[in-house]
Amino acid sequence: MKKNVVGMLLAGGEGKRLGLLTKSLAKPAVPFGGKYRIIDFTLSNCSNSGIHTVGVLTQYSPLVLNTHIGIGKPWDLDRQEAGLTILSPYTAKQGGSWYKGTADAIYQNIHYIDEHDPDYVLVISGDHIYQMNYDQLIQHHEEKQSDATISVLEVPWEEASRFGILNTHENLEIYEFDEKPANPKSNLASMGIYIFNWKALRSYLIADAKLEESDHDFGKDIIPAMLNDGKRMYAYRFDGYWKDVGTIQSYWEANMDLLEEDLSMSLNNREWRTYSQDTNFPPQFIDSNAVVENSLINSGSWISGTVKHSILFEGIEVNSGALVNKSILHPNVKIGKNCTIDHAIIMENVSIPDGTEIDGSKEEEPVVINNEYVAQLN
Amino acid sequence: MNTLMGLINIEHEHDFLEELTYFRCGAATPFAGRYRLIDFSLSNMVKSGVEEVGIFTNHKYRSLMDHVRSGGAWELARRRGGLFILPPDWNDPTDISRGDLRHFHNNRDYFHRSKSDHVLICGSQYISNTSYDSAFKHHLDTDADVTLIKVQIDENKPEHMSQLRVEQDEEGRVTNLTNDQNNHNVFTSVYIIKKEVLMNLVDQCIAFHKDNFFFHGVKENIEELKVEAYQYDGYFAFVNSVESFFRNNMNLLNPKAYKELFFTNEFVQTKVSNEPPVKYRTTAEVTDSLLANGCVIDGDVHNSLLFRGVKVGKGAVVKNSIIMQRCIIEEDVHLENVILDKDVHISSGQTFIGSSEKPYVVAKRQVI
Repeated sequence: MKKNVVGMLLAGGEGKRLGLLTKSLAKPAVPFGGKYRIIDFTLSNCSNSGIHTVGVLTQYSPLVLNTHIGIGKPWDLDRQEAGLTILSPYTAKQGGSWYKGTADAIYQNIHYIDEHDPDYVLVISGDHIYQMNYDQLIQHHEEKQSDATISVLEVPWEEASRFGILNTHENLEIYEFDEKPANPKSNLASMGIYIFNWKALRSYLIADAKLEESDHDFGKDIIPAMLNDGKRMYAYRFDGYWKDVGTIQSYWEANMDLLEEDLSMSLNNREWRTYSQDTNFPPQFIDSNAVVENSLINSGSWISGTVKHSILFEGIEVNSGALVNKSILHPNVKIGKNCTIDHAIIMENVSIPDGTEIDGSKEEEPVVINNEYVAQLN
Repeated sequence: MNTLMGLINIEHEHDFLEELTYFRCGAATPFAGRYRLIDFSLSNMVKSGVEEVGIFTNHKYRSLMDHVRSGGAWELARRRGGLFILPPDWNDPTDISRGDLRHFHNNRDYFHRSKSDHVLICGSQYISNTSYDSAFKHHLDTDADVTLIKVQIDENKPEHMSQLRVEQDEEGRVTNLTNDQNNHNVFTSVYIIKKEVLMNLVDQCIAFHKDNFFFHGVKENIEELKVEAYQYDGYFAFVNSVESFFRNNMNLLNPKAYKELFFTNEFVQTKVSNEPPVKYRTTAEVTDSLLANGCVIDGDVHNSLLFRGVKVGKGAVVKNSIIMQRCIIEEDVHLENVILDKDVHISSGQTFIGSSEKPYVVAKRQVI
C-alpha cells in the first residue's frame, strides 16, 4: 500500500540577498526561466511525484505568491479531499505569532498535518530550482527504515564550507551535521529536503517549541537533536541539477544554466513537466531584422532587435537596433530602439527608453533595473 | 432578461480542409500558432458577456471535445450556465425535423432553461477578436428580431464567394440577403436573435420540413421579420478552404495584422499546454515568423508559423510553411509552402516544396 505523505512547502522567506527582486514579493514568487516563478519547480515536483496533499507556508509579502498559487490548479492540486492549502501565520484563542523559524512554521501547523494523519511528512523549500522524484526519496527512506532522511548533493570540496554538510558512514547513515564547516569532513551538502516519520518529527517539534534559546530551525535544532538521541537518519544522494537561487549572481547563473545544451534538467521533458500559470499571450513574433541566438523567449514577445544568451518572459518588446545580451527580461519589459543591455535583470513592466546603455558585465553581479532606475536616467 | 446566451452551430460546416479535417471537424483545426478555429468564436462570446454556450456538432467531434473540455479555459466551467456540448443523441420517435433543425428540436431544453431572452449564434469559420456588446445594444435599441453582424470587404477573395451579402434600406433595415458579388457588405454568419422568435421559427421550419434554420427560418422570412445589421470594423478573416486557411495564417506574419488581431482587444483564450518558452539554440536563424511555446530551434525558420512543441534540427530550412503541434523536422530538411499537421516527423535530408496557391499538406502523425 502506498504510504500517506503530506508535503510541507516552506515559502515564507524574504530572500534578502536578492535585493530589489524581493522588494515587494516573497522569494518563491520571483519570476524564473522565462515563464515560471521559483516555487513552480517544487510544486511541480510534488504533483509529478504523486504527492497530493501540500501545505504551503507563507509569511513575507504573500500577495503575489498567493495569487499565483491560487487553489493549486496548474499543478492539479485543486482537489476535494487532499489538495493544496495555504498556511499563513494566524492568531487563535491563546494568541499567535509569526513563524519564528522553519521548524516553528511546521509546529504551528501540527493540527493541519494531524488532520491528514500521514505516515511521513516531506519538508521542502520553495526557493530551489530542481526536478526530483520525491517518491524515490520516500522509497529510500522506507528501505533504510529511517526516522529521517535528508537529500544530499555532492558539491565540489572547495565549496563545501558554504553548505550544511552531512557526515555519513559508508551506508549513508548520518552521524553528524556540520553547518558551514571550516574544514569539511564530507562533501555531501544538505539540499533542505527532508522526509520524516511524522510520529517522530511531531514529538521533536513539540519539544523544540518549548526551548526558549532555540532558533526553531530544522538544520540548526531539529536535525542535531534527533542525531543526539541516536535516531536512524540517512542521507539520500541526488545527482541531478539543483540550484539555490539565494543571491542575484546565483539567480542569474541559474537562469543562464537553462541555456546550456547538456544541462541534466530540461524544461522540455514531457515526462516531468514544470507547471505554471499560463497567461494566454499570443505566439511570439520574430521580425525580419531580428537576430535570436541561444535564448529562451516566451509568448507575446515582439523581437525586432538582437537577442543573445538571454531569458525573455512574456509580452516583451525588443525594438530595432537594440542588443540584449546575457540578460533576463521579466514580463512586459520594453526595450527601446538602439539600446544595449548587457548582464542585466530588468524587472516587470519596466520600459527602457531608446538609446539607453546598461552594462552590468563589469559589476560584481548583474545589475537589477526597476522603474526608479529608469526615472533617474532622465 | 436582456442578456445573451450563446450557440456555436457547426452542424453545416463541412470538412472543408481536406487532409486537415480527415480526423477532426473544421472547428477544431489548429490556427495561428496556438489556437483552434473555435477559440475565436468562444472567446468572442465570453467577451460579449455570454455565460452559457451550446455547441451543435454532429460528427468527428472527439478532438473538439478534447480541446474545449469543461470550458475552463474560457471561464465557462461554471455552476450556473457554462459550456454545453450537444452532439446528436436523439431518441424522440415523433421527431420529423431535418438538417440542423434536428439539433434545435432535440435541444429545446437548452434554450428554455436559460434566463436570457436573446441568442448569439455563430459558426467557426469567421475569425476576429471582438466583443459583440455594441451590436447587442443596437439589437435592443432597435427592438430587432434579428441583428446580423456584417463586415465591409475591400476586394472579393475566394473565401468570400459563399458568404451572403447584406442589402439594407435607408433606415438600415435589412431587406435582402443576396449572392451579389458586387456588394461588399458581407454577412459574417454571426447574428443575434430573440429567443422567442428563434423558437417560433424552429417550429415553423419543422412543420414545413425545412432543413436549414438560417436559410429557411431567417432568410426566407426576412420581410416579415425585423432584421437589422451591425458593422464590425476590426481585423477579420474567413477560413473555409485549404487555400484560405493557408493565406489567412500567413497574413498574420504581417505585423499590422498580427497586432490588430491579437493586441487591440483582450487576448483570445485557448487551452493552456504548459510548454516552456521557445528555445533558440546558437545555430538558429529565425525571421518573419510566429512561434508558440515549446519549440526548440536549431535550424532556419523564415516566414512561417510554428505551433507548440515543434523541433527544427540543425541545417533544416522551413520557409513559407505552417508546422503544427509537436512536429519533428530533422537535420537538413528543406520545407517550402508546406502544411504539416500535428505530430508529423520528417526524417533528415528530405525536401518538400508546394506552391503558395496549393500548399503541400501532410496529414497527422505521418513519419516520412
